[in-house]
Amino acid sequence: MENKEYLKTVRKEMPKSKHALTMVRAFLTGGLICVIGQAIFDTLKYFMPLVVEEMIHQYTITILILITGILTGIGVYDKIGKFGGAGSIISITGFANSVVAPAIEHKREGYILGLCANMFTIAGPVIVLGIAASVIVGILAMIFPGLFLR
Amino acid sequence: MRNQTIYFKNNDVGILETATIAGPKEGEGPLGRYFHNVLKDDLLKQKSYEKAETKIHISVIKNILNKTKLTPRDIDCVFAGDILDEMIVSSFAMREFDIPFIGVYNACASFGEALINASCMLDSGYMNRVICSTSSHFSTAERQYRFPLELGNQRTPLSQWTVTGAGCTLLEKNKNLPVKITCATIGKVVDFGVRDVNDMGAAMTPAAMDTLITHFENTKRKPDYYDMILTGDLGDAASRLLKKLIKRQGYDLDENYNDCGVLIYNREAQQVGQGGSGTACSNLVFNAYIYDKMLQGDLKRVLLVPTGALISKTSTLQGETMPGIAHAICLEAV
Amino acid sequence: MNIFLLYLQVFVVGGTFCLIGQILINTTKLTSARILVIFLLLGVVLEAARLYQPIKEFGQAGATVPIIGFGANLARGAIKGALERGFIGAMTGGVQSAAAGLAGVIAIGFAVAVFSKARTKK
Repeated sequence: MENKEYLKTVRKEMPKSKHALTMVRAFLTGGLICVIGQAIFDTLKYFMPLVVEEMIHQYTITILILITGILTGIGVYDKIGKFGGAGSIISITGFANSVVAPAIEHKREGYILGLCANMFTIAGPVIVLGIAASVIVGILAMIFPGLFLR
Repeated sequence: MRNQTIYFKNNDVGILETATIAGPKEGEGPLGRYFHNVLKDDLLKQKSYEKAETKIHISVIKNILNKTKLTPRDIDCVFAGDILDEMIVSSFAMREFDIPFIGVYNACASFGEALINASCMLDSGYMNRVICSTSSHFSTAERQYRFPLELGNQRTPLSQWTVTGAGCTLLEKNKNLPVKITCATIGKVVDFGVRDVNDMGAAMTPAAMDTLITHFENTKRKPDYYDMILTGDLGDAASRLLKKLIKRQGYDLDENYNDCGVLIYNREAQQVGQGGSGTACSNLVFNAYIYDKMLQGDLKRVLLVPTGALISKTSTLQGETMPGIAHAICLEAV
Repeated sequence: MNIFLLYLQVFVVGGTFCLIGQILINTTKLTSARILVIFLLLGVVLEAARLYQPIKEFGQAGATVPIIGFGANLARGAIKGALERGFIGAMTGGVQSAAAGLAGVIAIGFAVAVFSKARTKK
């Protein structure tokens, strides 16, 4: 049998992801996480009416990261992830989880070379590319300020 | 040997005893009552899962020595393997024993490789009593080949669940033992270009098919010669794929065909994707369940075909395809 | 503003981003690191193209909690920095505005990892 022919058979015969089910779950989980974020934001704003919104936003993000950290530490976040798929991956909580999980996993190899060195094995690209992209956008804004003036 | 197949003509490579230790999840599976020991906790109060797996491997060898009342001095050699880094589990386990050690690696087909090597040693008369042991652990394999345990991501429907446990077979050069290894077909590395790391079943199916067809051709046997033909860890979908593809080549794998990865779990209820995988998968199923059935007389002739996907994290990151291998071992009960 | 309607908007916007992510996972077999990167860069691009602000006004946390918001934050900081302080602003602006998230992840991640251990999945 040909290689290509076999790969075609594999694509045809092997089971696929259950699109509808996983998509509904991702929508619900992702939506719910954002609603929790909004609730934290509104609560903070209610108690700190004089603080600027940007600051409250930073607090919200930090609180979400803290909650995720704890949920990952007590072994709950991986179960949320199993249910929610992308819903719990592409939020800031998923980012936090992808930092905390390898840190916990590699603690056995010591604090310096294990925990700290492996903290960004999954999230590293996010930070590298995120910062690099922001610098590029910044430099573009410096050269063509007219395009970016609000 | 002719065309990959070895016949152990002296008919004196026999199984003296087997021992298995299965993890908690495997213990809850359909074969739970066949395992000799089932763990309640898969960390065993160790500092790491790697240490825990080593401890399981040590325990299973100790168990088989206790059961047979043999001492390390009675064993000529241990053929052991696992899938962790540079086989650290088997190597570290063998620190505890005063027995010569040969490490074997064929990924999840290591158990088959160990049996074939050991049988050759016994048949040729170089050795009289050897142990073949392999182990794997879900939490060590997951971290090495996939993601950290606490990472919240979904397993694809094609993924498989690495079996936690260790098993060993004690082989003896003895004409009077009830179950014997009579011949074996050594597999070739076959790569049909599957790249999806989660789809190990499809990567190993061509290897399993190649070995099975070679075995049938060399021995001039039909699949129905065997009461049971067992592949290692193709999983549910890939084992059905194998059945379909091999039928086109004129071989019918029917009621007598099954897959160890499918047998070891309640696939749906235990949420293991396509089934079990890992070095311990075919090992546990054979040493606990199949060997028991052969002793009871329910199965007379069994063809065990452990399968392995020969990958590493580096090879998959560099975009390599996944080569597979399978060895066939023919076991007959008198 | 009707609070129920606001939360519905948050839910729908956040959920839709995740839905798109799930479609990507299902059809392309991308791993979580790649999904995160894609959405982060999407945020940077949307902000640079001035498309993010309207989404944020409509979806509130639904737009800021997904990693897209993190990317938009980076881009917004860099643009603001560049316009106010030139080159140095362009270099540091992004990191400055994302500093809370970064420092939070590192500090909390470290603290949590010190106190917990990996558990086998059931």
